[in-house]
Amino acid sequence: MNGRELICIACPVGCRLTVRLEGGEIRVSGNQCSKGEIYGREELLAPRRVVTTTVRLTGSSLRRLPVKTSSPLAREHIEALLAEARRLEAAPPIRLGQVLLADFASTGVDLVATRTVES
Amino acid sequence: MTEKRYDAVVFGGGSAGLAAASRIAAAGFSVAILERELEPGGVLNQCIHSGFGLHVFHEDLTGPEYAERFIARVRGAAGLDVYLGTTAQEVAVEEAGAREPIVVYGYSRRYGILRLTARAAVLAMGCRERNRGNIGIPGTRPAGIFTAGLAQRLINIDGYLPGKRAVIVGSGDIGLIMARRLIWSGAEVLGVIEIQSYPSGLTRNIVQCLNDFGIPLHLSHVVSRILGRDRVEAVEVSPVREGVVQSQGGFRLDCDTVLLSVGLVPDNELSKKFGVALNPETGGPLVDAGLQTTVPGVFACGNVLHVHDLVDYVTEEAERCGGFVTEYLRGEFQPRQYRIQPGANVKYVVPNRWFADRENRFYLRPLIVANQARLAVRLDGETVKERRLAHVQPSEMLSLTLRAQELAGIEAIRENTLEVSIT
Repeated sequence: MNGRELICIACPVGCRLTVRLEGGEIRVSGNQCSKGEIYGREELLAPRRVVTTTVRLTGSSLRRLPVKTSSPLAREHIEALLAEARRLEAAPPIRLGQVLLADFASTGVDLVATRTVES
Repeated sequence: MTEKRYDAVVFGGGSAGLAAASRIAAAGFSVAILERELEPGGVLNQCIHSGFGLHVFHEDLTGPEYAERFIARVRGAAGLDVYLGTTAQEVAVEEAGAREPIVVYGYSRRYGILRLTARAAVLAMGCRERNRGNIGIPGTRPAGIFTAGLAQRLINIDGYLPGKRAVIVGSGDIGLIMARRLIWSGAEVLGVIEIQSYPSGLTRNIVQCLNDFGIPLHLSHVVSRILGRDRVEAVEVSPVREGVVQSQGGFRLDCDTVLLSVGLVPDNELSKKFGVALNPETGGPLVDAGLQTTVPGVFACGNVLHVHDLVDYVTEEAERCGGFVTEYLRGEFQPRQYRIQPGANVKYVVPNRWFADRENRFYLRPLIVANQARLAVRLDGETVKERRLAHVQPSEMLSLTLRAQELAGIEAIRENTLEVSIT
């Protein structure tokens, strides 16, 4: 891990960052503001993403329930979370924010419903 | 036949219609929303990804979560009726002098034929996707070719995967979002083909939906042929140089699905029935400073007016539109207005007029990609306002506010056409 080229997405300018590990320290260059420094650092250390998908819905005129992770999930866990979501089933009533899968793989991240489905 | 009278009727129960209607109802006027689908929320219902609400709520919401906040406002509003599963078929404006000059005929399974009369109307029908016919891709006509938004609906609402190996034509935001959605649904995405030399979607979508998965983005390329008899089998991709498709240097991608993300067009079929004048640059109605079309009492907001890239801007514009409708219903709508037009490197400015002595807000779309640009508002060559912009590109809409004090005193000058330019 010596150098990575990234496009900063903290704002629409889209600075081209170079993130390097130098003597145990992370060096971000190419950024025009401090947000780029933070973005580059996090992307190198622990990239996380909010994951959104749908799960099967039974007993409703709707077929799919939209869901998301309650906070950004470490990228290495995304595949496993999606596989788990494919096996899930939900039935109404469902309220927005209802936890469908708690503390996934001990990450502290939940999978929650992103809409209300009345029974 | 069901007959009812309202102060205002709103066409469309998506983000624009919900925000405009709840604003009008909050002022004490009666409102009807006509929505073709069985649920309110419009396209937000199928946009299950996050990134909505950063401006309006300072939160990162998914489409359904964003929609639910506005659906709640509408549900709780007195004097507001929502007609779901109802299509507005015919509209007309009766002669001036009628108490409710706007007549709307709709139909639905639940209400049968519906005849509504109203004093004002809001066009909030949103937009449609451009399709294969609009860009004329040569080749056969097999199954497996979808617009990106249709594929999004199939996956997220209906629960069907449209294909296993996809090529995406055009780098619009819906196409980029669908690249990630397909991969997260177990399909492969072989590449995104963009005719322009720069991406047409937001940078954050390029990074999070393509770069994260190593999906190649082929800029300055087109799909020059679709192959396959019953189902798509492959596409041929060719480079484009100075606007000309090159016969050399192309390649073939074996795939079973082609998604088209090649732009959106305001859906103005109903606007035409009202007889409103359209702006060729936006594809939406020409509107005055209060978002009123050329037909008195008929207003427009959201993607039917011009295609926005963020729903937050749609909400903001629709709430302002609702405010103007209430002024109109109270007989306080201000007619004293002057023209504003796009200048250098600006594709369009909406609205097309400005109020002399109050705050005005405009949306504009740049024609260029540039860093450290300058936005200037001029009147007869004299600068009224100037702003520095760190970055501009056609896919990022700009907003501009002109405060009353910035406009004070310039009314006396002849013509009074403001010009907005980017250099």
